[in-house]
This record gives sequence, structure tokens and C-alpha cells, in this order.
Amino acid sequence: MKKMKRIQAAALASVMALSLTACQGAGGKSETQGGSTAAATQKETEKPAGQTTAAAGKTKISITFRNDGSDVLKKWFEHAYETYDKKDSIELDIAPITASEGDYFAKVALALQSADTAPDIVCEDTFQLPSDVAAGYLTNLSSYLKDYKEWNDGTFYGALVDGVTYDDGSVYGIPYSTDTRGLWYNKDVFAAAGLDTNWQPKTWQDVLDTCKVIKEKCPDVVPFWCNSGVATGEATSMQTYEMLLYGTGEQLLDNNKWIVKSDNILKSLNFISTIYKDGYGPSLSKVLNGEAGNIASREYLPKGKLAITLDGYWMTGNYKETGAAPWPEYKDKLGIAAMPTSEGQAPGSVTMSGGWALSIPNLSDQKDAAMDFIKHCMSYDVYLDTIIAQGNIATRTDIAKDVSYSSQPFMETCTGFLSGAFYRPRNSQYTTVTTHIQTMVESVVSGTSPEDAMAQYKSDVTNSVGAENVVEK
Amino acid sequence: MNKKQSGLLEEAKKSVLLMPSVLLLLVFFVAPILLTVYYSFTNLALSGENARQLKFIGLSNYFTMFKDRTVRISIANTLVFLLGSLIGQQVLGFIIALNMRNKNRVFRGIVGPVFLAGWIMPEVVVALCCSTFFGDSGTLNQIFSFFHLPQVEFLFAVPMLTVILANIWHGTAFSMMNFQSALDGVPADIEEAARVDGAGPFQTMIRIVLPCIKNTIATNTMLNTLSTLGVFGLIYMMTGGGPGTKTLTLPIFMYRQAFISQQLGYGTAISMILLVIGIVLSVFYTRIMRND
Repeated sequence: MKKMKRIQAAALASVMALSLTACQGAGGKSETQGGSTAAATQKETEKPAGQTTAAAGKTKISITFRNDGSDVLKKWFEHAYETYDKKDSIELDIAPITASEGDYFAKVALALQSADTAPDIVCEDTFQLPSDVAAGYLTNLSSYLKDYKEWNDGTFYGALVDGVTYDDGSVYGIPYSTDTRGLWYNKDVFAAAGLDTNWQPKTWQDVLDTCKVIKEKCPDVVPFWCNSGVATGEATSMQTYEMLLYGTGEQLLDNNKWIVKSDNILKSLNFISTIYKDGYGPSLSKVLNGEAGNIASREYLPKGKLAITLDGYWMTGNYKETGAAPWPEYKDKLGIAAMPTSEGQAPGSVTMSGGWALSIPNLSDQKDAAMDFIKHCMSYDVYLDTIIAQGNIATRTDIAKDVSYSSQPFMETCTGFLSGAFYRPRNSQYTTVTTHIQTMVESVVSGTSPEDAMAQYKSDVTNSVGAENVVEK
Repeated sequence: MNKKQSGLLEEAKKSVLLMPSVLLLLVFFVAPILLTVYYSFTNLALSGENARQLKFIGLSNYFTMFKDRTVRISIANTLVFLLGSLIGQQVLGFIIALNMRNKNRVFRGIVGPVFLAGWIMPEVVVALCCSTFFGDSGTLNQIFSFFHLPQVEFLFAVPMLTVILANIWHGTAFSMMNFQSALDGVPADIEEAARVDGAGPFQTMIRIVLPCIKNTIATNTMLNTLSTLGVFGLIYMMTGGGPGTKTLTLPIFMYRQAFISQQLGYGTAISMILLVIGIVLSVFYTRIMRND
């Protein structure tokens, strides 16, 4: 009898232990494989387009994007729908995902695996695109583009068309925004610190020197802000680390192998480390927060609590009347300087460029209607309104010539940065590597030495992409 | 119908009645576990080429794991978090239970629910409460500034301690309740006898009370171990596993690998470590229980 009890106890214990993995390990994924591919073929072969109809007999198309707290994208789709001539036969379901950037990509990847959850249009960051194409989540748009006049007559910028073209030469998304990055600074703070309000640093050291002056003269002001945490996701990789790394003359990849150890990586990390060690950066609770970018651009910079921030052009979208933090005088109070290369070597300044695209999931059952709606969203008038509201750089050359667009403050400078801009590697492993970059940067910011952080990065990347795909310099 | 036959019938009846629950367990519990084990041997990914073609890759996730520095860091973090939470929850729970013993019902009725509040709150609310309590301009720092003490960025300066304290606050009531009922079961006459024989309160505690509730301590430790190993939401919401890797425990690391780095197969393999730790500790506790 006693033995029986022991066995029971042991069995109970192991069952409880097992439940640990059952809850966490399998939760999201048991239904993701296999079943979805079967569903995919079924959908494509058996279901004629237009079968899913809404209650009123209308065709329903759903559209998914990331809700980042401003509603410019939502307004874009609403406005596009209002002016849509097929409004009577189409019903629009606006289904934003409220999540941090990293979680957004995970949620989208999960949603795209099942016909029940896949939207008909999805907003994809162009860095995530190759990975999702490789996974078979997105529709090859090439056949839909044959009769898309603007696509074929060179209206869209060539470099951006390349950005949505996969290795197989097919197009998987219509780019709707691009961007450049630079050093934004508050001229009032610069004036108070006795600095020239027409600022253009030549080297990284110039930036640090300026920070030093600001810290001495205006002790209440945070001198420098850059996205530095895991929570800010891709912004940390691109706006901070890659802006620095590419400014040293090095890139993430060398001959298609990931560079995991180099003097230039160390140099970039040392810059970040100096910012925080010398007290030029914001408090960690502000910058390691998922809202860090918005705290800087919507709160600190306009209020003169921050001197310089390394961020993208879209930031100015916040300051417009329609933006999240209207700042009527931003045109005069704000300055933009190009991010210098590390020692001022040619070409003198650097910027990364990315952007977002509208794609159609492979499991969408309304591909024709979705493509038609995308074309309408990207039509001249509808698109002009949103690209100004978004504060992004347009992907259509004809919009770039429109006065209401080109006369926006800083537009000329930021579009100018675009020539010679660097793009992130079009490599499906980037989505994984970028998360290791974020961990590395956050480690440095929170006190780990750059050498240790790089060793960690090397270990992480090597494990993820395989030893045959990495190189040391 | 003889006695043996009716016994068999009884057994058959029992089995039939048990079938639905056995079936449910198999489908929703055993199958996912086996699937998880299987996925840990595959290249399952959320996106990228691997998401299209699920391949069996043998032990390669496990080999990667052994070379992975972050795995070692997160195992260490998990053990620190576990040990801190266990000691804190049990010692505190025991002290509270002891102090509430033999107090009148009104006292128990007021004090008990106060501690229970932390336990019945959902993890999200606990994380939110603790974040605001330990935050930069949070309650604790307000108290510090009232006494002219220096301000501390708890979530960044001592992140591990902070999440452990939050977990202790969340879990203490559970230990308290277990110990309360166990202490109520300690026969008063044995204690009385010990006292008559000249044992002081401390000796009574060590020699009489603790041995009497030994089994409860072991069970409680095991339950707490298993629930603490699985803590995800609390840490994820308070620190996100950061700053850097300072509060990166296995569940958080697993989530990051599986859903943020999009390598589900590798994430699943990491969950196997958690399983192994859980089993090893459970067996260890059951062995202790056995030795009475």
C-alpha cells in the first residue's frame, strides 16, 4: 500500500512537471504546420474568389497593420474606402494588431499560417518580406501587376521595387513608404547651450563633444537619444546599430556571410557605451521601454527635454496638425543633421533606408479584390494624403514632384539622404539576426562590456544561422 | 452472479466512466507533450524557408543549445529566480501562518485576505502593480524620497531582486494557506508535552512542529517549484527579460527564440531543459517525502 502511494506521488510529480512544457511549448504551434498547407491548397483549388461574402452580400476584405498609437494608417484605409467606386460590393474590415514591433511580426506570421485568420491585405516591413516569402506566406503579385499601369511605367522608385522583389524575380508587395534617418535636434536647446543652431557634426567625436557641452550647460536636458532596447525591436537594430556600423564602412554581411566579430562592431558598441557611461543618454527605464521612440519624439524633443535624437523622417509626422503630438513651430525649432561616418571618412554621412509594403497573404480568399483595393490605396490623391500624414517618404516619383508633398519641412533634405542610402540585407536570416543585434545593444546599454556583448552576439548568430554562414574580421 | 463476477463488472463500469477524462487527457495533454518533444527534433520555424519544409534534424537543436551562452545564462537566472522565490515565499508564508496561529477568528479573517489579495490577482495585474510600486517615480521611490534616501531604478539596478520580490508577493499566500492547515493539524498535546519536558519555543519548533509538517513542506516546495519554473507573464511584463540578459529566465528565452527570433524548433528544445529541471526537482522532493 505504501509503495502504491509512492508511485502515485512520483506519477503526480512528473505529470505536473510535464505540464510545464505542455502549456508553453506546444500552445501556439500544434496547429500551425501541416494543416495550414492542406488548407491552402484546398482554398486555392476549390474556392472561387468571392465566395466569402459578408452578411449584406458584399465581398469582405480584411486588412491588417500595426497599431502604434497613431491612427494614420487606419485613416488611410478608411479614406480609401470612402472614395472607392466599388464601395457597394466590398466591405472593408480594418483589423489592426496592437503589439510591439517584435510581437507584430510573430502575430502576423501566425495569422498567415491559417486560412481562418489570414487577412486579405497585410502591411509588411520590407525586412520581414524575404522571410515570409520564403515561408510561402505571401502571394506572388507578378500576374496582378501586368495591368497595373503605374507599376510598369516607372512611377515607383527602382530601388524600392527591388526591395519587394524576391530572389526568384517576382514581386510580393507594393511599397507604400520609405524613409531615411538622421540626427534631429532641438534648436532652442542648442541656443541655450551656446551652440550653433545650424549643426552638422563631421565625426562621431563631434557628436560626443556636442553632448558634453549640452550636459554641462543644460544639466536638465537629455543630450542624446537612440533606440537601445529589445523592446523597441527593429528600431534598435536599424536606427541605432546599423546607422553606426554602416558608418564605419562595414556592413552586416560580407560575401553573404554574417560578420560576428570585428573592430568596427566594437567601435559601434563603444560609441553606444560612451553615450550611456558618460551620462548623455536617457534613463534606462525610458529607453528600454517599448514606447521609447514615441517618448523621445512626442514628449522629450518638443518640450526641450532632449537635445538630439537619432531617428527617421517619419518622426515629423507626429508634429503635424493631424499627428499624435502637434508642434506648430517644429519647422523652425527642429534641425536635421546627417549622421556622420565614424571618422568623417567618405562619403561623410550615412543613412539606412527601409520601408513598408502592402502584401496579399497566400491564404487570402479575396486576392483580386484585395489587389484592386491596394491599387486604389496607392492611387495619386488617396496616397498623397496619407504619405503627408504619415510623414514618410513617398514611393511614387510623381508624388515626389507634388508641391504639397515636397514643400513639407525637411522633405528635401531627407529625400536627399536617399541617394547613397544603405538597405538592410535581403536575406531571410536577417529576421533572426536582428533580434540578436537588439540583445547585444541592450546589454551594452545596461552595463555589459562591448567585448562581452560582441562575444554573446557571435554565439547567438552562429547558433542561429550556422557556423558556415558567419565570418570574423 | 458470484462475488468475483460482480467485482469485474464494477471494474468495467469504472473504466467506462473514466474513459472521457482519459481521452481528454490523451488529446489535450499527452499529445501536445509528445508533439513538443517531436518538434524539438525539427527545424520548425515561424517564417523563412524552414517554415515551408518541416524537417527532422535529429539532435542538432540540442547540440546548438550546449554551445549557446545564452542558454547557460538563462539556466542560471532561472535557478536564482527559483531559489529566491522558494525561500522567500516559504519562509514568509510560514512566519505569517505561525503568527496567525491561535489568534482569534476576527484577526485571521482580516489578515488572511490581505495576503490572499496578492495571490488571487491575475499575473498581469500583479506585474502592473509591482511595476508601479518599484518604478522610477513609483511608490517605493516616493517613500525613499520622503526619508531623503537616494532614488533607485529598481527595475534596472536590481532587476532580478525586483522580479523575485514581485513573485514572492504574488505567491506567499499559497504557502501561507498550506502551512496554516498543516499547523492546525499539529496535535496540541505533543507540543504541550514537549513544553512540560522543558523544551523552549525554539526547540519545540525545530523538534516537534517542523517534523510534524515535513510532508507539507515538501509538497509545498514541489508545487511552488513547478509554478515558479513556469513564470512567464510576470517577468515578461516587468522587465521583458532585460535589461540585457539579467532577468532572462528559460521561459522568456524560449519565447524570444520561438516567437521573436522565429525559431520554434529551437524554442521547443529549450523548453525540454525546463522539463528536465522540473522532473529532476520533483523526483528529488518525492524522495525526501519517502524517507519518513
